[in-house]
Amino acid sequence: MPFMPVKFNLQKRVKLAQGLWMIYWLSVIVGILLFSLGIFFKIELRKRSEMMDNNESHLVPNLLILVGLLACGVNAFGGKVCHDSLDPIKFAKWKPMLKPFLLLCCGFNALLLLTALLCFLMQFAVYLTLAEGLKNSIKFYKDTDTPGRCFMKRTLDLTQIEFRCCGNNNFRDWFEVQWISNRYLDMSNDLVKDRVLSNVEGKYLMDSVPFSCCNPGSPRPCIQHHLTNNSAHYDYDHRIEELNIWTRGCREALFSYFSSMMTSIGTCVLLVFLSVDMAGLKYLTTALETMEDPENPECESDGWLLEKGVKETFGDLLAKLKTLGKTNQVVEGGDAPEAAN
Amino acid sequence: MALLKIKFTQQRRVHLAQGLWLLSWMAVMWGGVIFCLGVYLKTELLRRAEVMDNTEIHVVPNILMMVGLASIGTNWVASRVCQDSLDPTRFPRWKVPLLAWFAVATVLCCLLIAVVALSYALQGSLEESLKVGLRNGIRFYKDTDVPGRCFQKETIDRLQMEFRCCGNNNFKDWFEVQWVSNRYLDFTSKDVKDRIRSNVDNRYLLDGVPFSCCNPTSPRPCLRYHLTDNNAHFNYDYQSEELNLYSRGCRQALTDYYMELMNSTGPGVLSVILIQLSVLLSLRYLQTAVETAMVLEDPEGDSEGYLLEKGVKETIEDLKINALTMLKFGQVDPNAAEGSSEVADAEKDEKDAPPSPAS
Repeated sequence: MPFMPVKFNLQKRVKLAQGLWMIYWLSVIVGILLFSLGIFFKIELRKRSEMMDNNESHLVPNLLILVGLLACGVNAFGGKVCHDSLDPIKFAKWKPMLKPFLLLCCGFNALLLLTALLCFLMQFAVYLTLAEGLKNSIKFYKDTDTPGRCFMKRTLDLTQIEFRCCGNNNFRDWFEVQWISNRYLDMSNDLVKDRVLSNVEGKYLMDSVPFSCCNPGSPRPCIQHHLTNNSAHYDYDHRIEELNIWTRGCREALFSYFSSMMTSIGTCVLLVFLSVDMAGLKYLTTALETMEDPENPECESDGWLLEKGVKETFGDLLAKLKTLGKTNQVVEGGDAPEAAN
Repeated sequence: MALLKIKFTQQRRVHLAQGLWLLSWMAVMWGGVIFCLGVYLKTELLRRAEVMDNTEIHVVPNILMMVGLASIGTNWVASRVCQDSLDPTRFPRWKVPLLAWFAVATVLCCLLIAVVALSYALQGSLEESLKVGLRNGIRFYKDTDVPGRCFQKETIDRLQMEFRCCGNNNFKDWFEVQWVSNRYLDFTSKDVKDRIRSNVDNRYLLDGVPFSCCNPTSPRPCLRYHLTDNNAHFNYDYQSEELNLYSRGCRQALTDYYMELMNSTGPGVLSVILIQLSVLLSLRYLQTAVETAMVLEDPEGDSEGYLLEKGVKETIEDLKINALTMLKFGQVDPNAAEGSSEVADAEKDEKDAPPSPAS
């Protein structure tokens, strides 16, 4: 009793082959899209790698690139098979390759599901990497003379300007680190000496932020220094001032950027899901195989998804696996009587 | 004496028609590209419209868009003509439209050449427009509470950050205007009162710049105030400090940006001119070859294609006569009968005259 049988005449077979051919070539285009999405994601991670301490995992973009290439190959092959399917001579040479091809499609579908799952789950890893990386970036902001870190200032400034954010959680992170290098501090000045002596580690801390935290949308020229001192500026109250500097933290800004990118890529991957292609191809091949009279193309035929019912197919598979496992024993049992003889 | 005659066999005519069909579809595509280039250029100019005083420069993208659309239309017509050219029943209806087509195609080529010339010629006008626009922008920077000008500050700040520039010519332009609004000045403070009294217009001028002039690549945290005072900052020399602020003026930055944009459209426009010219010439050859073939006894035989039926001078004279007759449309009829008899008499007199002296 075949599983989900459908009757096919010539008209239906031709339509199925054509429709399937279209679907396969559309999937090739989507495969190319996945490949380019993977490359885009990889480039974005590279661009922000300094913010993540050069520690970020490139697993997801690499997997996307691989899946994109595989999708192109698998679907192109499927399209070619469909194209040749209505010509019995050409189709005969593809017949032996069909079973392994369908198994490959199954494996590829599993890989697609895994990629989509990773897209959604790796967002946590990105969040943690960003938190750690930004903390270090702020710490190394002043080290423009240390090799390996001389561009940290520029990168962090440009990031804060581009993503409209300030600090790690918020602008107060800048109050806790010394972000002005000692090269530019007049150590003979009393004010400087007071500040340096005011904390245990001898750091020059102040309630100021770098210029890249400034919000251009503020009606007032940017106030960067003495942010918590209301009397330092005319008509200024730091508790109600909202537009002066960016209030959002860079970790949140960068994370929302990457998370939206990864969510949309994951959704796109799910759309590539090939089960429709597989079902269609199975119907087409079985319909072509069961033609009673191969010489007469106009005869009717049956197509199905599985030759026997679902339970029986599973039973057969299990039996096959068991026999594979017991291969050695079967041979010995066969040899022993011969040896006895 | 026809201009640039070429012999065409039936085979060659067919090949010419096929090649021209492909070429005209390529020209349609390129026309679309030109249209998109025009749209892009216009969008970029509109984005910065707030710092431009006049819109003279907009003529370049407007012409590009118009020419792009017209080119799509004319080359589509050319492809239809090619399709009909080898069918003697359908080709004759294109006789008159083709003349119009040649005129339109020539005009398009001239417009494209004009666009290239204009994009260089209007550079001066663009700079002037930017100079005035930026000057106003810097002057109205502080007026964030005046309706109609409240976004000048944000516009100028974003412009300076994106194009990495400061001020109109350089950062010193900020020293000459009051860019801090009076709302944020404490008029009881001695420093403020001194500064206001130090100039005739009672403006609060300072040797400081807005934060958007700061250069992120500077190794030192940005110094924005007391820029001319070496003692105000530790280890600071005003004359030799280069990386602290952006050294380029915004007018120069924007002009460079737009000139580069227009120069990069140059090769595209030139290739469209070439393609349009080749479509024009090929269609002329096809038209003349097919027309001469149709009047032959054997339509499948050899025919000649040419660019102009007579030489250049004679064609121009013919055109002049045609144009004059069209202008004198009303007057030609009454004079025609008399004029021709007069001319005939004059000719006869001339003929009679020479023999008499001889004899």
